[in-house]
Amino acid sequence: MAKVILDKVTRRFGSVVAVDQVSLDIHDGEFIALLGPSGCGKTTTLRLIAGLEQADGGRIFIGDRDVTHLPPRDRDIAMVFQDYALYPHMTILENIGYPLKVRGVGRDELTRRVTEVAERLQIGQLLERRPGQLSGGQQQRASVARAVVHHSQVFLFDEPLSNLDAKLRVEARAFLKRLQHELGITAVYVTHDQAEAMALADRIAVMQSGRIMQLGAPLDVYRRPANLFVASFIGSPPMNLLEARVDIGARRLVINGGASLPLATVGAALAEKLPDRSKVTLGVRPEHVRIETDEAPDSIPGRVYVVEPLGGESLVIAQVGESLVSVRLFQDEPPALPETIWLSFDPERVFVYGENNELVA
Amino acid sequence: MIDQRSPILRLLTLLLATVLGLFFALPMLWLITAPFNERATLSVSIPQPPSLANFEVVFNNQFAIRALFVNNLIIGGGVMVLIAIVATLASYALSRTRVPGSDLLVYILILFSSVVSGTAAMVPLFLLAYRLGLIDTHIGVILIMTGGLLPSAIFIMRDFVSSIPRSYEEAALVCGASPLRVFWDVALPLVRPGVVVVAIWAFVNAWGAFLVPLVLLRSPQNMPASIAFYSFYSEAGTPNLTLVSAYAFLYTVPVLLLYLLINWRFGFRFFGGIKR
Amino acid sequence: MEHKPSIFPARIGILFLLPALFFVAIFLIFPFIWVIIISFTNQTLTGATAANPQFVGLENYARLFDFSRWMRSGEFGASLLITVQFVLGSALIGQAGLGLLIAVLFYRRKGWARRIVTTLAVLAWIIPEVVVAFAWFAYLDRDSGTLNMILSALGLGKPDWLFDYPLLSIIIFNTWRGSAFSMLLFQSALETIPPSYIETADVAGASAWQKFRDILVPLLRGHIATDLILITLWTFNVFTPYLLTGGGPTNRTQLVSIYTYKTAFQFFRFGQGAAIAVVMMFINLTLALIYLSTLRRQRVDA
Repeated sequence: MAKVILDKVTRRFGSVVAVDQVSLDIHDGEFIALLGPSGCGKTTTLRLIAGLEQADGGRIFIGDRDVTHLPPRDRDIAMVFQDYALYPHMTILENIGYPLKVRGVGRDELTRRVTEVAERLQIGQLLERRPGQLSGGQQQRASVARAVVHHSQVFLFDEPLSNLDAKLRVEARAFLKRLQHELGITAVYVTHDQAEAMALADRIAVMQSGRIMQLGAPLDVYRRPANLFVASFIGSPPMNLLEARVDIGARRLVINGGASLPLATVGAALAEKLPDRSKVTLGVRPEHVRIETDEAPDSIPGRVYVVEPLGGESLVIAQVGESLVSVRLFQDEPPALPETIWLSFDPERVFVYGENNELVA
Repeated sequence: MIDQRSPILRLLTLLLATVLGLFFALPMLWLITAPFNERATLSVSIPQPPSLANFEVVFNNQFAIRALFVNNLIIGGGVMVLIAIVATLASYALSRTRVPGSDLLVYILILFSSVVSGTAAMVPLFLLAYRLGLIDTHIGVILIMTGGLLPSAIFIMRDFVSSIPRSYEEAALVCGASPLRVFWDVALPLVRPGVVVVAIWAFVNAWGAFLVPLVLLRSPQNMPASIAFYSFYSEAGTPNLTLVSAYAFLYTVPVLLLYLLINWRFGFRFFGGIKR
Repeated sequence: MEHKPSIFPARIGILFLLPALFFVAIFLIFPFIWVIIISFTNQTLTGATAANPQFVGLENYARLFDFSRWMRSGEFGASLLITVQFVLGSALIGQAGLGLLIAVLFYRRKGWARRIVTTLAVLAWIIPEVVVAFAWFAYLDRDSGTLNMILSALGLGKPDWLFDYPLLSIIIFNTWRGSAFSMLLFQSALETIPPSYIETADVAGASAWQKFRDILVPLLRGHIATDLILITLWTFNVFTPYLLTGGGPTNRTQLVSIYTYKTAFQFFRFGQGAAIAVVMMFINLTLALIYLSTLRRQRVDA
């Protein structure tokens, strides 16, 4: 296993900057997820580490070696592809054993090691089959087996679960996490699915437009989104965002819809830092909004837009001015609500983003 | 899907299909009936009784049989092997290396080969073969036909190569294979259907060629079947129809078999390709 | 934006391209240049001018474009006119029209009728050219040919096709021979049209003709352009009718390709033949450039 260091790595496609001076220190044995919407540069970053793309600037280290200009085969890496890339003309045994074969491992040794890995991944009985005869989940395991059969320094995953159906995905997710713990591998995992990233990773790098917007442990990223992009991307449903104007004189925050909240809603310490008349965005997660059926102090009025029963919980979506605010209620049966309700926010859990879209802390 | 068209429209469609079918089928009927008729004329008539006598005579014509089973196989096989190798290598390189404007390059090649083709190209090609001492040699015919067919072959092959997901090759690179090894272990087995299709296509083209061997070959023992037909002509220059039809039948059967093979194995679809 | 990373290092790519470049250079580019040079000489196969051809300037071209006689039977102008009619009739109207008709007729249909018609058209296309020439020779025979048997049974007379209507005969022959290409091209193009396009029109209540005119034709426009240019180029150069008519009777089916062949390989006047070849190639080149510009326009549209 080894650490991976990206030092101001840049990759351009024509005039588009796909990866923009990305720096990232991945520790030895760490599982890191690159998370972001499509086109954010996460896959390109992964491919740069793999050597399938050449960096236009910056340097990449694996262990203590500068691999920036090395071809993939000299980087000692393993990779699992989104479409698995299992060769239809080879058996599963030959597929999993391919990294060993190209490294000149003998027939017997190869078979022994492939069998061992396959048993561990519970596909030992499938070794004589061809990829086309396997289910999606089995193919996924076979492609993971091909990656781990050779003890590479770094494991790269390019959305390996996105072709599985929802149920299998949860299974495979748990399985991958256990495998990573058992093997203690350094892994870089690309996904657009935040649940996957949260569940698997030691740290998440949220990317947009070729940059890392926030890097941190899953819960830190969830609890304290560093900027509006991360706030709007992480969480399902995402964080409620309300535009507001600071009125120091009245000591209130005037929401766009006209309603207002006391400045202290965002916490006393923070309230002192906000300049008068400045435009801010308030962010609060749906689970941190309370619903009152009657007018209550320090709350804003909203109209019930729709109520969604989700099984274990319910979601109330209310219209506040021009915006929609989601409220998560941890009860399986949605309550009967009057048309107009009152919403109040947990002061500890309200975040303020300044005009530069960054968290005001 | 339920056919919702009106009965009249369906009848018209069927009628039109019948007319089209007859348009294509009628000229070919003679090729099926005459070879088995000992007294074949230019008319189409069911042989009474069907006989293989015509084929017996044809098989006794050493010159024609040599043309069909030796010369045609040499020319067809030579063109087939050369095209399969050269086109596979070239289309792989064009698809997988970053050559700016490689798409346009292939189109220009195709067009250029259409521009320099047919009788127009035969004048310099004849003189070229003459200077190189390739007149009256099979290798001359093979090389010149390969040159003419190559751009289209690359065009067809590129379709196959481009349809292979790149992740296959990338996975092999990450597994530690060198680029050449990736080509040999992964790309070549995956593109094999394309190689087969292009090889057969090249073989069929070379098999039926008339103009190139007519211009380049001299001695009777080198002639392919397309020209050996003249051995079934009388001194006065009229064809012996019984023998011509039987020979035509023998000459066509391999083409039909290869067509059936492609149809059965891959489905005769349009390979982005072009038959000339 | 589509980005295709390089899997192959450039130097191996070039190595892989070398054999193809060799063939293209020797058998396509070199002949193209050489034929232009020969066209300014009096090169022949035998005699003094075979070993030491002399530069004769534009003499070969002057003979081609000698307007006092160029429309006479057997001359270049007459050949060109015959070729234009042949291309218009057999390629643009015949092959493209019939190919489109078959493709549209069986659009989204799988039955045996489609299979039979498609197979027959493809057979006509792949059978060796010498064989189809014999087949058509028999088919068109005045007294016992199948065509006249049918026509006389219908009371439509018994024309001597290859003598009375030689040009029409080779036009129909070439339509029969080559329609499969257009048919396959249009069939595969039609398959790329999402069924929902047609179903939307069905729901809207469009007639068959409206669907053809308003949906299929606009979507196929690019393919139609591709098809027309390619088959025009090929038909312009096609030599197969020679096997049926030998260019006769009295030069009435003497296409430019046949004219070139006769000049160069029957009379062995290579210089003169090369001049015809050069004119043909430049006509081809013009067509090819038109094609490339349509292609580029398509790409801009897309």
